[in-house]
Amino acid sequence: MTIEQDNLKSRIREAITSQKRPTVTVLSSLLAIQDALRFIPDEAIEEVAISMNTSTNAVYGVASFYPNFRFTPPGDHSIEVCWGPTCHLQGAAKILESVMNKLGLESEGDTSDGKFSFRFNTCLGACSQAPVISVDHELFGKMDPTTSLNIIDQANSNKINH
Amino acid sequence: MSFEELKKIADDKWDELASSKIPVIRIGTAMCGHAAGAYRVLEELKTKVKSKNIEINIQEVGCLGICYAEPLLDIQKQDGPRLFFNNVSIENVDEIVEKYIIQDVIPDTGVLGYLGDNGPIGTESSIELLPGIALQNRIALRNGGHISPNDIYQYIANGGYYGINKAITTMQPSDIIDEVKNSGLRGRGGAAFPTGVKWSFLVGSKSPTKYILCNCEEGDPGAYNDKGILESDPFTLLEGLTIAGYATGATKGIVFIRHGHNGPINRTETAINQAYELGLLGNNILGSQFSFDIEVALTGESYVAGEETALMEAVEGKRSMPRSRPPFPAAFGVWGNPSNINNVKSLSYTPEIISKGSEWFSSIGVNKSTGTAIVCLSGNVNKPGLYEVSMGMSLGQVVEELGGGVSGNKSLKMLQTGGPLGGVLPSESKNICIDFDEMRAAGAIFGSGGIIVGNEDICAVDLTRILVAFCQFESCGKCFPCRLGMEHLLEIVERIANCESKLGDMDLMKSVGGTMEAGSLCGHGQLGFGPIRSAITHFESDFKSHIENNICPTGSCDVPKIVPKNTRSYASDFVPGEKNVR
Repeated sequence: MTIEQDNLKSRIREAITSQKRPTVTVLSSLLAIQDALRFIPDEAIEEVAISMNTSTNAVYGVASFYPNFRFTPPGDHSIEVCWGPTCHLQGAAKILESVMNKLGLESEGDTSDGKFSFRFNTCLGACSQAPVISVDHELFGKMDPTTSLNIIDQANSNKINH
Repeated sequence: MSFEELKKIADDKWDELASSKIPVIRIGTAMCGHAAGAYRVLEELKTKVKSKNIEINIQEVGCLGICYAEPLLDIQKQDGPRLFFNNVSIENVDEIVEKYIIQDVIPDTGVLGYLGDNGPIGTESSIELLPGIALQNRIALRNGGHISPNDIYQYIANGGYYGINKAITTMQPSDIIDEVKNSGLRGRGGAAFPTGVKWSFLVGSKSPTKYILCNCEEGDPGAYNDKGILESDPFTLLEGLTIAGYATGATKGIVFIRHGHNGPINRTETAINQAYELGLLGNNILGSQFSFDIEVALTGESYVAGEETALMEAVEGKRSMPRSRPPFPAAFGVWGNPSNINNVKSLSYTPEIISKGSEWFSSIGVNKSTGTAIVCLSGNVNKPGLYEVSMGMSLGQVVEELGGGVSGNKSLKMLQTGGPLGGVLPSESKNICIDFDEMRAAGAIFGSGGIIVGNEDICAVDLTRILVAFCQFESCGKCFPCRLGMEHLLEIVERIANCESKLGDMDLMKSVGGTMEAGSLCGHGQLGFGPIRSAITHFESDFKSHIENNICPTGSCDVPKIVPKNTRSYASDFVPGEKNVR
């Protein structure tokens, strides 16, 4: 086992054992790892299976069910665009198109330079400010394609902030 | 500490805040304020006052309901009213600080209005005259925008925990259930089942461990009511949940919130910690024999996790897929223990029902829909917001008076109500009142309270396509009528939207929809055809234009059709180093 792997495993175990909420489950452990590492490495599936006394398939079944889990390290900045009905009626499709064009993506995913991870969001929970996007988990309302792209440029020039 | 002692401390603290010598600035930082830029304004404000060496007391608050005015901040100077500044931008902050805080002059940009007994500063009028405030009747959201969700004493000073104290000291659990039954309160999660009756199912069980689950999964696009309550006043939910625990004999409450919604999660957990510190949760609440615990659990992103049996699966840490019923949750719920699942809104009413009595609550509203409706109004409307109004208000009044009419001087075409499993109503539905039964009869549901306004430029096919795409994306995949049905419906609706429909597509949709209704395991599949059915009933001509004339009647379908695909894997083995990609 390499030092990196060892280090990764200890970070995973730390995330699993330091959960503050009283009910610890497969799902809560995976969420804790996702918060700590920002993705679910294969080792995490194995560690959760060991700590919860279940099979790796059962853990992977949970991880693969919820779309907020990802299995590879994300880009430096996260970008989410809401495509829900309220945002759609107010122009979300055009925002999606320009953001994806800018990032050179045809669907959800990461840019090849590792700078951005892009996701659809079904509702960012601020429908009164539609259309809404989220950049590095900060919400921006009443968006249009141009402003959205400016905010992404701004994020890119900022220091990396998870 | 006794309730009276707590109340005394809380009142003193509140008086101190009300007569503060330094300006008290309240700023709405619920999700509506957040998206409007409230945190950026707050940062600017902090920088500005620091550079000018001014001392202020900042209170982050929730939502007043008039989300269109966000970022909304109000400043209360000593012996002055609360003066509200609406749609504040970073650029305005300097003027507000310089003119109002330092020079005592109202800035040229104007103010929304004032609130308080000290009267106006100048010629501005009370914000209580704004339709968005005047037409509201706030019960669950009564403290929204007024108290800090991070300070339990502010809640207690405003009548909080009076209900649970009254319940514990003067009422038997059965009295509480009767009171809630008599109030006519119906579940606000969508099914509108009488809350008191639901609670009574749990009473009979002798199990030593019983759960009350509170559902704040709220994956509905077009609604942030539950999150709005938790961000504005999480204490009212905690008190309601505790009352439910006392009434049903439950031992534990779990508030279930979607991972990533950090505002509601943090505020709820802070509130829980404060309640424990003051003996309002835990063992021997307020010195009584009654003990009750509450914790927050998180779900991954899944709309179906809002379904009660799927919610229990998620609490147990599994894939949120619904269970077959029977057994019902009251008999076999979380980890096999008797459980009761309630929506945030339903529980948030109960402190006031116990405080003021069932007669007071049942006198509000119409017919069998008592109390208030929390409406999340969005879409093509001038004044979107989170409005709590008495049941019985007409949809027309909601759009015209609360919402200030359809935006851009356009005319009303459609109202999408009840979330993605609800319906699409035509403009003629203005006279329909917000009443669970009346809306159901009209082929829509009130559901969890979202009302999305569509103007004349929107094609019904376009909106339907998004609703179906959402339902397809969120299908959990457990039962095939929903899993395959949604996929087929999306394929057909996309075909129609692209003016590439095939002969018999309309009938095919109805046939697929019928199978889903008859054969799906839970409401997601059973109700998933609802939006299509109501859309083709009320907007047949839009569909016909696409199918027969190959043209979108409004052009709104001519947009890039980008929707995410359902990536939930149905059956796959975990192989380290392989294909575990997303």
